Amino acid sequence: MFVRLSAAIAALSLLTGPALAQGAKPTDPQIAHIAYTAGVIDIAAAKQAIGKAGNKEVKAFAQDMVRDHEAVNKQALDLVKKLKVTPEDNDTSKALSKQATEKLAELAKLKGADYDKAYVANEVAYHKAVNGALETQLIPSASNAELKSLLQTGLKIFQGHQQHAEQVAAKLK
Amino acid sequence: MRPGRHLPVRAALLFGMIAVPAHAATIQITIDNLVFVPAEVSAKVGDTIEWINKDVFAHTATARNGDFDVTTPPKKTVSSILKKAGSIEYYCRFHPNMKAVLTIAP
Repeated sequence: MFVRLSAAIAALSLLTGPALAQGAKPTDPQIAHIAYTAGVIDIAAAKQAIGKAGNKEVKAFAQDMVRDHEAVNKQALDLVKKLKVTPEDNDTSKALSKQATEKLAELAKLKGADYDKAYVANEVAYHKAVNGALETQLIPSASNAELKSLLQTGLKIFQGHQQHAEQVAAKLK
Repeated sequence: MRPGRHLPVRAALLFGMIAVPAHAATIQITIDNLVFVPAEVSAKVGDTIEWINKDVFAHTATARNGDFDVTTPPKKTVSSILKKAGSIEYYCRFHPNMKAVLTIAP
Protein backbone atom coordinates (compact mmCIF):
# COMPACT_ATOMS: atom_id res chain seq x y z
CA MET A 1 0.00 0.00 0.00
CA PHE A 2 2.73 2.44 0.95
CA VAL A 3 4.62 1.56 -2.18
CA ARG A 4 1.55 2.25 -4.28
CA LEU A 5 0.85 5.55 -2.61
CA SER A 6 4.34 6.75 -3.10
CA ALA A 7 4.17 7.12 -6.89
CA ALA A 8 5.19 10.72 -7.32
CA ILE A 9 6.33 11.21 -3.78
CA ALA A 10 9.68 9.60 -4.25
CA ALA A 11 10.40 12.05 -7.02
CA LEU A 12 9.53 14.99 -4.82
CA SER A 13 11.76 13.59 -2.12
CA LEU A 14 14.63 14.03 -4.57
CA LEU A 15 14.29 17.66 -3.64
CA THR A 16 14.79 17.06 0.03
CA GLY A 17 17.02 14.02 -0.39
CA PRO A 18 20.41 13.76 -2.09
CA ALA A 19 19.96 16.91 -4.13
CA LEU A 20 19.61 18.97 -1.00
CA ALA A 21 22.36 17.10 0.79
CA GLN A 22 24.73 18.13 -1.97
CA GLY A 23 23.58 21.70 -1.52
CA ALA A 24 22.10 21.83 -5.00
CA LYS A 25 19.45 24.52 -5.02
CA PRO A 26 16.97 24.53 -7.89
CA THR A 27 17.08 27.66 -10.03
CA ASP A 28 13.99 29.77 -10.78
CA PRO A 29 13.57 28.27 -14.30
CA GLN A 30 13.76 24.79 -12.74
CA ILE A 31 11.37 25.67 -9.93
CA ALA A 32 8.87 27.03 -12.46
CA HIS A 33 9.16 23.79 -14.42
CA ILE A 34 8.71 21.58 -11.35
CA ALA A 35 5.68 23.54 -10.09
CA TYR A 36 4.06 23.54 -13.53
CA THR A 37 4.73 19.81 -13.99
CA ALA A 38 3.22 19.06 -10.57
CA GLY A 39 0.05 20.85 -11.70
CA VAL A 40 -0.09 19.05 -15.04
CA ILE A 41 0.19 15.71 -13.22
CA ASP A 42 -2.73 16.47 -10.95
CA ILE A 43 -4.85 17.66 -13.89
CA ALA A 44 -4.18 14.40 -15.74
CA ALA A 45 -5.12 12.36 -12.66
CA ALA A 46 -8.29 14.45 -12.23
CA LYS A 47 -9.31 13.99 -15.87
CA GLN A 48 -8.97 10.25 -15.44
CA ALA A 49 -11.11 10.49 -12.29
CA ILE A 50 -13.83 12.51 -14.02
CA GLY A 51 -14.16 9.63 -16.47
CA LYS A 52 -13.80 6.76 -14.01
CA ALA A 53 -15.06 7.80 -10.58
CA GLY A 54 -18.39 6.39 -9.45
CA ASN A 55 -18.84 8.51 -6.36
CA LYS A 56 -20.38 11.95 -7.00
CA GLU A 57 -18.20 13.73 -4.48
CA VAL A 58 -15.04 12.18 -5.87
CA LYS A 59 -16.03 13.34 -9.34
CA ALA A 60 -16.79 16.87 -8.05
CA PHE A 61 -13.44 16.92 -6.26
CA ALA A 62 -11.69 15.95 -9.51
CA GLN A 63 -13.48 18.79 -11.32
CA ASP A 64 -12.27 21.20 -8.62
CA MET A 65 -8.72 19.95 -9.18
CA VAL A 66 -8.86 20.57 -12.93
CA ARG A 67 -10.28 24.06 -12.44
CA ASP A 68 -7.82 25.18 -9.73
CA HIS A 69 -4.68 23.63 -11.15
CA GLU A 70 -5.43 25.03 -14.60
CA ALA A 71 -5.91 28.47 -13.01
CA VAL A 72 -2.60 28.21 -11.12
CA ASN A 73 -0.75 26.97 -14.19
CA LYS A 74 -2.19 29.76 -16.31
CA GLN A 75 -0.84 32.25 -13.79
CA ALA A 76 2.52 30.48 -13.86
CA LEU A 77 2.66 30.69 -17.66
CA ASP A 78 1.69 34.37 -17.59
CA LEU A 79 4.40 35.03 -15.03
CA VAL A 80 7.24 33.25 -16.84
CA LYS A 81 6.24 35.09 -20.01
CA LYS A 82 6.31 38.39 -18.16
CA LEU A 83 9.65 37.61 -16.53
CA LYS A 84 11.02 36.25 -19.81
CA VAL A 85 12.01 33.06 -18.02
CA THR A 86 12.03 29.78 -19.92
CA PRO A 87 11.06 26.90 -17.60
CA GLU A 88 13.90 24.41 -17.60
CA ASP A 89 13.34 20.67 -17.56
CA ASN A 90 15.28 18.87 -14.83
CA ASP A 91 15.66 15.52 -13.09
CA THR A 92 12.94 16.23 -10.53
CA SER A 93 10.39 17.14 -13.22
CA LYS A 94 11.37 14.07 -15.24
CA ALA A 95 11.07 11.74 -12.26
CA LEU A 96 7.74 13.28 -11.32
CA SER A 97 6.32 12.79 -14.82
CA LYS A 98 7.60 9.24 -15.13
CA GLN A 99 6.14 8.15 -11.81
CA ALA A 100 2.87 9.94 -12.46
CA THR A 101 2.51 8.04 -15.74
CA GLU A 102 3.01 4.78 -13.84
CA LYS A 103 0.48 5.81 -11.22
CA LEU A 104 -2.11 6.67 -13.89
CA ALA A 105 -1.63 3.23 -15.46
CA GLU A 106 -2.00 1.58 -12.07
CA LEU A 107 -5.19 3.52 -11.28
CA ALA A 108 -6.57 2.76 -14.73
CA LYS A 109 -6.75 -0.92 -13.79
CA LEU A 110 -9.01 -0.27 -10.78
CA LYS A 111 -12.77 0.01 -10.86
CA GLY A 112 -15.69 1.36 -8.84
CA ALA A 113 -15.18 2.01 -5.14
CA ASP A 114 -11.63 0.61 -5.29
CA TYR A 115 -10.71 3.22 -7.86
CA ASP A 116 -12.41 6.05 -5.97
CA LYS A 117 -10.55 5.22 -2.76
CA ALA A 118 -7.19 4.80 -4.47
CA TYR A 119 -7.56 8.07 -6.40
CA VAL A 120 -8.50 10.10 -3.33
CA ALA A 121 -5.82 8.45 -1.17
CA ASN A 122 -3.24 9.31 -3.81
CA GLU A 123 -4.55 12.90 -3.96
CA VAL A 124 -4.02 13.24 -0.20
CA ALA A 125 -0.51 11.81 -0.40
CA TYR A 126 0.41 13.71 -3.56
CA HIS A 127 -0.72 17.11 -2.28
CA LYS A 128 1.07 16.43 1.00
CA ALA A 129 4.28 15.70 -0.87
CA VAL A 130 3.93 18.73 -3.16
CA ASN A 131 3.19 20.97 -0.18
CA GLY A 132 6.22 19.62 1.66
CA ALA A 133 8.43 20.32 -1.36
CA LEU A 134 6.97 23.81 -1.76
CA GLU A 135 7.46 24.68 1.89
CA THR A 136 10.90 23.26 2.49
CA GLN A 137 12.56 23.62 -0.88
CA LEU A 138 10.83 25.42 -3.75
CA ILE A 139 9.62 28.55 -1.91
CA PRO A 140 12.87 29.08 0.04
CA SER A 141 14.91 28.55 -3.14
CA ALA A 142 12.94 30.91 -5.37
CA SER A 143 14.82 34.15 -5.85
CA ASN A 144 12.28 36.17 -7.88
CA ALA A 145 9.74 37.79 -5.55
CA GLU A 146 6.78 37.30 -7.91
CA LEU A 147 7.62 33.63 -8.43
CA LYS A 148 7.92 33.19 -4.67
CA SER A 149 4.56 34.89 -4.16
CA LEU A 150 2.86 32.67 -6.76
CA LEU A 151 4.34 29.57 -5.11
CA GLN A 152 3.00 30.79 -1.76
CA THR A 153 -0.48 31.19 -3.24
CA GLY A 154 -0.09 27.73 -4.76
CA LEU A 155 0.82 26.34 -1.35
CA LYS A 156 -2.35 27.79 0.21
CA ILE A 157 -4.50 26.40 -2.61
CA PHE A 158 -2.88 22.95 -2.40
CA GLN A 159 -3.15 22.85 1.40
CA GLY A 160 -6.85 23.47 0.83
CA HIS A 161 -6.92 20.60 -1.69
CA GLN A 162 -5.19 18.31 0.79
CA GLN A 163 -7.79 19.06 3.48
CA HIS A 164 -10.60 18.69 0.95
CA ALA A 165 -9.18 15.34 -0.19
CA GLU A 166 -8.87 14.19 3.42
CA GLN A 167 -12.54 15.04 4.00
CA VAL A 168 -13.61 13.16 0.88
CA ALA A 169 -11.41 10.19 1.88
CA ALA A 170 -12.97 10.07 5.36
CA LYS A 171 -16.44 9.85 3.84
CA LEU A 172 -15.45 6.96 1.58
CA LYS A 173 -14.57 4.72 4.52
CA MET B 1 -25.12 66.25 -14.38
CA ARG B 2 -25.12 67.03 -10.67
CA PRO B 3 -25.68 63.84 -8.69
CA GLY B 4 -27.60 65.63 -5.92
CA ARG B 5 -30.43 66.62 -8.20
CA HIS B 6 -31.81 63.16 -8.84
CA LEU B 7 -31.40 61.81 -5.38
CA PRO B 8 -34.89 62.62 -4.04
CA VAL B 9 -36.48 61.15 -7.16
CA ARG B 10 -34.41 57.99 -6.86
CA ALA B 11 -35.17 57.62 -3.18
CA ALA B 12 -38.87 58.06 -3.84
CA LEU B 13 -38.78 55.41 -6.55
CA LEU B 14 -36.85 53.04 -4.36
CA PHE B 15 -39.14 53.32 -1.38
CA GLY B 16 -42.19 53.19 -3.58
CA MET B 17 -41.21 49.95 -5.27
CA ILE B 18 -39.77 47.80 -2.57
CA ALA B 19 -40.15 47.62 1.15
CA VAL B 20 -36.68 48.32 2.44
CA PRO B 21 -36.12 47.21 6.03
CA ALA B 22 -35.40 50.25 8.17
CA HIS B 23 -31.75 49.55 8.92
CA ALA B 24 -30.71 46.99 6.35
CA ALA B 25 -27.08 47.49 5.50
CA THR B 26 -24.79 46.20 2.81
CA ILE B 27 -21.57 44.71 4.11
CA GLN B 28 -18.62 43.75 1.96
CA ILE B 29 -16.51 40.69 2.60
CA THR B 30 -13.55 40.32 0.29
CA ILE B 31 -11.84 37.09 -0.67
CA ASP B 32 -8.26 37.90 -1.53
CA ASN B 33 -5.46 35.38 -1.91
CA LEU B 34 -7.50 32.67 -0.16
CA VAL B 35 -8.42 34.80 2.85
CA PHE B 36 -11.83 36.15 3.92
CA VAL B 37 -11.36 39.81 4.89
CA PRO B 38 -12.40 40.80 7.49
CA ALA B 39 -12.25 37.43 9.20
CA GLU B 40 -14.91 38.45 11.72
CA VAL B 41 -17.97 40.43 10.73
CA SER B 42 -21.04 41.51 12.69
CA ALA B 43 -24.33 41.97 10.86
CA LYS B 44 -28.09 41.79 11.30
CA VAL B 45 -30.79 39.66 9.81
CA GLY B 46 -31.88 41.39 6.60
CA ASP B 47 -28.45 42.80 5.83
CA THR B 48 -26.88 42.06 2.47
CA ILE B 49 -23.40 40.60 2.22
CA GLU B 50 -21.47 41.41 -0.92
CA TRP B 51 -18.94 38.66 -1.40
CA ILE B 52 -16.14 40.14 -3.52
CA ASN B 53 -13.90 37.42 -4.92
CA LYS B 54 -10.64 38.97 -6.12
CA ASP B 55 -8.99 35.59 -6.77
CA VAL B 56 -8.71 33.78 -10.08
CA PHE B 57 -10.10 30.75 -8.21
CA ALA B 58 -13.71 29.88 -7.48
CA HIS B 59 -14.57 29.84 -3.79
CA THR B 60 -17.58 29.26 -1.58
CA ALA B 61 -18.77 30.80 1.67
CA THR B 62 -20.42 27.83 3.32
CA ALA B 63 -21.95 27.95 6.79
CA ARG B 64 -20.97 24.98 8.95
CA ASN B 65 -24.54 24.81 10.28
CA GLY B 66 -25.99 24.86 6.76
CA ASP B 67 -27.59 28.33 7.01
CA PHE B 68 -25.99 29.57 3.80
CA ASP B 69 -23.85 28.33 0.94
CA VAL B 70 -22.72 30.97 -1.53
CA THR B 71 -20.53 30.17 -4.53
CA THR B 72 -18.30 32.98 -5.75
CA PRO B 73 -16.88 32.53 -9.24
CA PRO B 74 -13.39 33.90 -9.99
CA LYS B 75 -13.20 37.72 -10.06
CA LYS B 76 -16.93 38.09 -9.36
CA THR B 77 -19.08 39.69 -6.68
CA VAL B 78 -22.11 37.81 -5.37
CA SER B 79 -24.74 39.20 -3.00
CA SER B 80 -26.69 37.27 -0.41
CA ILE B 81 -29.21 38.39 2.20
CA LEU B 82 -28.83 37.14 5.76
CA LYS B 83 -31.97 35.32 6.85
CA LYS B 84 -31.15 33.75 10.22
CA ALA B 85 -29.45 35.00 13.35
CA GLY B 86 -26.51 33.25 14.94
CA SER B 87 -22.77 33.19 15.31
CA ILE B 88 -21.83 31.29 12.22
CA GLU B 89 -18.53 29.76 11.29
CA TYR B 90 -18.17 29.47 7.57
CA TYR B 91 -15.53 28.10 5.23
CA CYS B 92 -14.75 27.46 1.58
CA ARG B 93 -15.83 23.99 0.46
CA PHE B 94 -13.11 23.91 -2.20
CA HIS B 95 -10.37 25.06 0.19
CA PRO B 96 -11.45 24.13 3.73
CA ASN B 97 -8.39 25.91 5.14
CA MET B 98 -10.24 29.20 4.43
CA LYS B 99 -12.35 29.99 7.50
CA ALA B 100 -14.12 33.00 9.01
CA VAL B 101 -16.98 33.98 11.32
CA LEU B 102 -20.15 35.94 10.69
CA THR B 103 -22.14 37.05 13.74
CA ILE B 104 -25.72 37.82 12.79
CA ALA B 105 -27.92 39.65 15.27
CA PRO B 106 -31.72 39.14 15.07
